[in-house]
Amino acid sequence: MDINMSERVLMKGNEALAEAAIRAGCRCYFGYPITPQTEIAAYMARRLPKINGVFLQAESEIGAINMVYGCAGSGARCMTSSSSPGISLKAEGISYLAGADLPCVIVNIQRGGPGLGTIQPSQADYWQATRAIGHGDLRIPVFAPATVQEMVDLTTKAFEVAEKYRTPVMILADGFLGQMMEPMSFSGEDKSGKREEPFAWGAFGHGNKRKKNIVNSLYLKPEALEAQIEERFKRYKQIKEKESTAVCGEQAETAEIIVVAYGCTARTAQAAVHKAQDEGLKVELFRPVTLWPFPEKQLKDACKNAKTVLVTEMSKGQMVDDVKLALECKIPVEFFGRTGGIVPEPDEILQKIKEMVVN
Amino acid sequence: MNLNKIIIITGHYGSGKTNISANLALKLAEQGQVSVVDLDIVNPYFRTADFKKLFAAHNINLVASKYANSSLDIPALGFDLSGVIKSADYIIIDVGGDDEGAKALGRYSEMLKAHKYDMFYVINKYRYLTQEADDALALLHEIEAASGLKCTGIINNSNLGVETTASVIETSLPYAREIAEKAGVRFVFTAGNKALNCQAVDFQVEVLVKLVWQD
Repeated sequence: MDINMSERVLMKGNEALAEAAIRAGCRCYFGYPITPQTEIAAYMARRLPKINGVFLQAESEIGAINMVYGCAGSGARCMTSSSSPGISLKAEGISYLAGADLPCVIVNIQRGGPGLGTIQPSQADYWQATRAIGHGDLRIPVFAPATVQEMVDLTTKAFEVAEKYRTPVMILADGFLGQMMEPMSFSGEDKSGKREEPFAWGAFGHGNKRKKNIVNSLYLKPEALEAQIEERFKRYKQIKEKESTAVCGEQAETAEIIVVAYGCTARTAQAAVHKAQDEGLKVELFRPVTLWPFPEKQLKDACKNAKTVLVTEMSKGQMVDDVKLALECKIPVEFFGRTGGIVPEPDEILQKIKEMVVN
Repeated sequence: MNLNKIIIITGHYGSGKTNISANLALKLAEQGQVSVVDLDIVNPYFRTADFKKLFAAHNINLVASKYANSSLDIPALGFDLSGVIKSADYIIIDVGGDDEGAKALGRYSEMLKAHKYDMFYVINKYRYLTQEADDALALLHEIEAASGLKCTGIINNSNLGVETTASVIETSLPYAREIAEKAGVRFVFTAGNKALNCQAVDFQVEVLVKLVWQD
């Protein structure tokens, strides 16, 4: 690749994410086109064949996620990407991946819903990502980038976490982050195109030289399934303890209102918070970077002295549930959101902040 | 600036075509009736059709697909370009990114060849995949092949978004000259944010294509 590692370049969110996955050593991509994430597939189609990788456009999103299941099952690093309606189609496969404890990265560049909705940005898949990504007792880590640089950094991190805990990991971004361009750079090890040994637990053929590895989500004995679920939930506990991440502004200590927003909405909220601070209002921004695990402790700390909390999302209010849970409903939580593919403007959020100050 | 009546703006997406088109339209509107044709069928998000209000305030006629900025992401153009050409002093055609976007232009190539046109190629040294002059030239040739039209000039719009400084622009000059020389066309101008007050810039622009949270 002709990108100088240290150099700052302008790159589109979707393409930066795709390049980051390749640099993280992902050589297998399975997907199906859908706006506004198609640039990821197009980028993979151009790049992967050149580095001895596999790009495969499946017949559908269902096909693609099951190819990820097969590929991950053989112990290879792999990923898929889609946008909201396509993620719904992948639900069954994601549950199987979780049930077989397979690592992979799934990208959702959200658009408006339900149904076909719009091709404009949205954050209305929060519940799906954090609560209902597939049937069964399962969780998957969900990372929410807010800049093109984070599309890169969190993709690298997603593969690490997926492999460390043997779980699918989701990058939950939105159409705006996917389509916009920002200066960014790549750092860290460049593993693009490097041939690596498959993961030791993979079903990749052993020539009768070792005990066979079984990749499966079907259990014939209830006790065996329960034991596996217990073991899995121990890993979930570790993820909750170690992997939750958030960014909090410096004035949280003295803030009376904490604004909570993630992804692209956090950029708008940041602009609103700066304006409010310029007007002398005691307001600060708290931005979850991981949505599951939700940064409960960090939020509690940030809200130590807050009188009220404002959650803003591109939805009718979904993350707001996690905020209330984290704060144990001890602080009043208000909400402002836009839907339909509309990104809230800083002044709209500022106005809501001012209304809260008056009341 | 010596310009023909029809000015076609092409380039890699992210080169800043739309911002150049809009600024050029505002400048030329001081001299006559301007029509801006949004031929961008590639990008559903950031495009000239976003400037409806601004253009209306300057009496600039915006010609875009009625599906622009809607969820109907199909390349439906459906307007009469020959009528547009007759009714304005200047026509700026903002073409979609890459050779894919230039295909839409190909449909009108015979008509455009009958007029005097400029086809400017907007370049950005800091846009990945066109950081080397030869890469930018390869893309230009693809655009020419897809559109059936010849490039007549290079516009240097090298920038690093919000991280652009005067020296970022100055550093791009040899790159821009090399492309113009190798393509055998004129170097039209170097564009730059007027707030930077950069000596190397000969076409001062306002940053009109912005993210929602930018002032």
